[in-house]
Amino acid sequence: MQQGLTSEAGSVAGLNNFEATIGENLIDDAKISVRHADVFYGEKQAIFDTSLDIGRNQVIALIGPSGCGKSTFLRTLNRMNDTIADCRVSGSLTLDGEDIYDKKMDPVLLRARVGMVFQKPNPFPKSIYDNVAYGPRIHGLARSNAELDEIVITSLEKAGLFEEVKDRLTAPGTSLSGGQQQRLCIARTIAVSPEVILMDEPASALDPIATAIIEELIDELRENFTIAIVTHSMQQAARVSQRTAYFHLGHLVEVGETSRIFTNPRHQMTENYITGKFG
Amino acid sequence: MSVSSLFLIVLGLGFIAFVVGQQRAAGYEGDTRLKSLPHHYGFLTAIWSSIPALILLLAWLSFEPVYLQKQIEQSLPVEALNQSEEVLELYMNNIHLAIQNNQAGDDEVVNNAVLHYQRSELHSRSLITALVFVLGLSGIIAGLSRLLFRLHARVSIEKVIKAFLMLCSGVAIVTTVGIVFSVLFEAIRFFEAVSVFDFIFGSSWSPQTSIRVDQVGSSGSFGAVPLFLGTMLISAIALIIAVPVGLMTAIYLSEYASARFRASAKPALEILAGIPTVVYGFFAALTVAPFIREVGESVGLSVASESALAAGIVMGVMIIPFVSSLSDDVISAVPQAMRDGSLGLGATRSETIKQVVIPAALPGIVGGVLLAASRAIGETMIVVMAAGLAANLTVNPLEAVTTVTVQIVTLLTGDQEFDSPKTLAAFALGLMLFISTLVLNVIALHIVRKYREHYE
Amino acid sequence: MNNTEIVKQGLKKRYAREKRFQLYGKLAVLSGFVFLVILLFDITSKAWPAFSVTEILLEIPVDHESLGLSKDSEPNEEALSGINYAGLVKQAIRNVFPEVTKRQQKKLLYRLVSSGAEFEIKQMMGENTDLIGGEPVSVWVKADDDIDTYYKLETVTSRVKGEQVRFIEKLKAEGRIQTSFNIDFFTTSDSREPEQAGIRGALVGSFWTLLVTLLVSLPVGIAAAIYLEEFAPQNKITDFVEININNLAAVPSIVFGLLGLAVFISFFGLPRSAPLVGGLVLSLMTLPTIIISSRAAIKSVPPSLKEAALGLGASHMQTVFHHVLPQAMPGVLTGAIIGMAQALGETAPLLMIGMVAFIVDVPGGIFDSATVLPVQIFLWSDSPERAFTALTAATILVLLAFLTLMNALAIFLRNYFEKKR
Repeated sequence: MQQGLTSEAGSVAGLNNFEATIGENLIDDAKISVRHADVFYGEKQAIFDTSLDIGRNQVIALIGPSGCGKSTFLRTLNRMNDTIADCRVSGSLTLDGEDIYDKKMDPVLLRARVGMVFQKPNPFPKSIYDNVAYGPRIHGLARSNAELDEIVITSLEKAGLFEEVKDRLTAPGTSLSGGQQQRLCIARTIAVSPEVILMDEPASALDPIATAIIEELIDELRENFTIAIVTHSMQQAARVSQRTAYFHLGHLVEVGETSRIFTNPRHQMTENYITGKFG
Repeated sequence: MSVSSLFLIVLGLGFIAFVVGQQRAAGYEGDTRLKSLPHHYGFLTAIWSSIPALILLLAWLSFEPVYLQKQIEQSLPVEALNQSEEVLELYMNNIHLAIQNNQAGDDEVVNNAVLHYQRSELHSRSLITALVFVLGLSGIIAGLSRLLFRLHARVSIEKVIKAFLMLCSGVAIVTTVGIVFSVLFEAIRFFEAVSVFDFIFGSSWSPQTSIRVDQVGSSGSFGAVPLFLGTMLISAIALIIAVPVGLMTAIYLSEYASARFRASAKPALEILAGIPTVVYGFFAALTVAPFIREVGESVGLSVASESALAAGIVMGVMIIPFVSSLSDDVISAVPQAMRDGSLGLGATRSETIKQVVIPAALPGIVGGVLLAASRAIGETMIVVMAAGLAANLTVNPLEAVTTVTVQIVTLLTGDQEFDSPKTLAAFALGLMLFISTLVLNVIALHIVRKYREHYE
Repeated sequence: MNNTEIVKQGLKKRYAREKRFQLYGKLAVLSGFVFLVILLFDITSKAWPAFSVTEILLEIPVDHESLGLSKDSEPNEEALSGINYAGLVKQAIRNVFPEVTKRQQKKLLYRLVSSGAEFEIKQMMGENTDLIGGEPVSVWVKADDDIDTYYKLETVTSRVKGEQVRFIEKLKAEGRIQTSFNIDFFTTSDSREPEQAGIRGALVGSFWTLLVTLLVSLPVGIAAAIYLEEFAPQNKITDFVEININNLAAVPSIVFGLLGLAVFISFFGLPRSAPLVGGLVLSLMTLPTIIISSRAAIKSVPPSLKEAALGLGASHMQTVFHHVLPQAMPGVLTGAIIGMAQALGETAPLLMIGMVAFIVDVPGGIFDSATVLPVQIFLWSDSPERAFTALTAATILVLLAFLTLMNALAIFLRNYFEKKR
């Protein structure tokens, strides 16, 4: 059915028309560039012919109804879907011009450069300190204990958690509250000094206050990192992002400045979604 | 009347009761007071007729031997009873033999006892036959009375069935109680002869060397330390093999292997768990032990032909699947999010497993190892066949040691006098074995349950 | 130097470690398989001699003079049993080796054939009295176990003397020695002489013991599972029962043997060495397995089925027995078969209750003295004669064959009913 539609040239932007992405999906000097990406799980196709650029030091929000493929898309960016046995990715995905799916690209190195924060806070069964020190340790980033201490402290500071936990760095990470745990996971990701941070609905399991703190944090992090965030909350997308991409059933429907998307969506489906007609 | 015909009588009466009850109820068909179907009333009558009779019969079956034994003892003259225990036991054996063969001997006392026994048996049998008939018939009569039809027969039957189901689930408790009492009583009798302190801390074990029969203390020494040490040595060797191999197997199968390989490799490994321990014992004694001895001698080591090492290695292999399937369960219970967190930071798979998955699964793994240890301590056949009897106080795996289970078997499979400290010692060892494995099991099951709840 | 380069530098080492770790995993899995293969190969190679038996061809003289019977009267039973059959066998051997005259050598000569040979002859004569007085009868009699081992494996042991080797060579040259299938292994019971020993007694003993186990543990196990899964109230007592069941599953089997000895034999006075006691002890042991698997099977019956039956006005008890239990039966049976397989392989508790005795007769019921397959393995593995090693290994193969069969049946049952559902 999908192929039939794509062959129908020049049709108007209407419902269920996935022919081409509307809006400014391509930009200059992108950090990550995706061109014509298809993602399959076995026989099932999850992402269809998607092209999108992610700009440096800005936050891009990926929105859309659940099951639209936004999380899948996010996981293709640091090859987290390698762990799924029958997942296939085609098309070109580059990080600073380097092919992410090239044989020479090492997934370990890639993930050190493109970090990830998950939906549910998942601190390791270790102390707060060891949680943050985990990444630097495995990658050998610190030459001395003092250096490691410094990395841990700055990361916790950047994640806005240091003041709350400075007296109990040896306490287990799981002893923190949900919001604190998620900030710990962000600190853990920052400690490796990635270039890009992918966030998969980082606030969906948190209460409103913790969510507000995380959102503030994301805004601050933009200075040093490129951030892609998947969210099901349009308010959150509006608050934290500069650009927004709308996915529907595996298709990238519309991309644009966040303010523009929320005030003046050009695709019928985007409008339906943000006005709450479905989702 | 023989036992089987008594059972047949009970069944027959029950059948009659069923027919009578059903017919009677069918006669009331249409009567609104009848709350259940006719066959329900049949069953209820049958239950009333046979259950009390059956219970009585079973109780009688269990206590008749005790009663008859008492009767024999009463029939004996005082001077016969005053003999030493060994002689009395011999006497009893003669009497039982005479009863079995139904032959008169030339010993007046024995003949008298036999006669007395036969008389008592006749009495007891007649009494029970009469009682069974009375109970069975009164059930039928109760079934014929109008009273029955006021009852809701189905509900009553279901109550009886439910009571039966409950009784069956109580067998587990009865078994545990039975174990505790059977080892505890005999063990207490043992500790009357040998002090607990000597038993637990004594370093010399030689129950076989009885110097003089009539002196309890001199019938050997019962210091169980060499046994405990031997058990621990062999179990330790087994765990040193089983834990790393079992754990790595579980890790490989659950974290690396493809679904297809896993689906065929797991059952194949489970074969190891299904092989009877006596087969492992045979393999340990006839193949592994000589092999180790040869290898040891070729490098100039003296190895006992029944070395602790051989038994330990084979026991280790036996519990590999045990460890691996328990570890597999706990490793699979670690949430995928935990792995994703680590992989997302750029950790390799082995780093993720070693530094995140294993620490997360550690309580469960520890529980599994404790269960494996309890298995190893209680394992019998491998050590009986491959570890030998020498109670050496050593931790050298190349020497022969003996274990608690080996000694239990040895003490109880020879000629038996039930009251000698030698036999009773087996129950004291059994008590030790039961307590230690029980403690390990309880702790392990508790840890594993807590662990499961944590990730649920 | 930025982070990317630092990470890059460490990568080679980290991947080496990754590879090593995976290798350990592969080695661990492999070691399990290798051990299994070695074990099976070792036992099979030890067992194969037991399936054949060496026989020696003798001409047994059956004329009246050799038999010591008078020519005038018909031989009656008493006369037949008075014949010196051992002497006949010896005579027949001497006829094959007329050159042997020394006493010492003759003794070695007689030891070529099994001590059971005279019974074979006796039986033959008893069945065919018309042979008496005729020409010498050619009979293949069993060789002694040492000769048997020597002939089959062609290895020289200290138990076969140099003289005897020459005798065997002569027999070979004359075509008087052969091997054939050892049918007696399956049709006779235990014996002190390995060439006459078989597993029939142990097989029948295992059958009676398992029968008792099944008849006791299956109904009790199912009943307990039904109660715990369907009727038990959520309270401390139920919890205690469950803890008990889980613990019993992990109690060493030998402790059950102590229970059997103290309770069934000493207290209730049941016969020692009997399949009845063995079966009762094994029932208690397998009960937790059956209860746990039955509960799982009952739990897996969809609640919708139960609700449908209850909705039609069936009582809870009727629902359980008419609908839930039939649905759960495949799972229950699978668990029962696995429990029975465990019981079939169990040895230690049976040693405690005296099933280790040397028993020649085939047990005729659950009250007779008996032994079982695994205990027979234990008994024979202790015997010094080499031929018993082969018998032990062969018995192990038979036991493993039964276990394989039972497990295959369990798997088949499970798959069959899963497909049907």
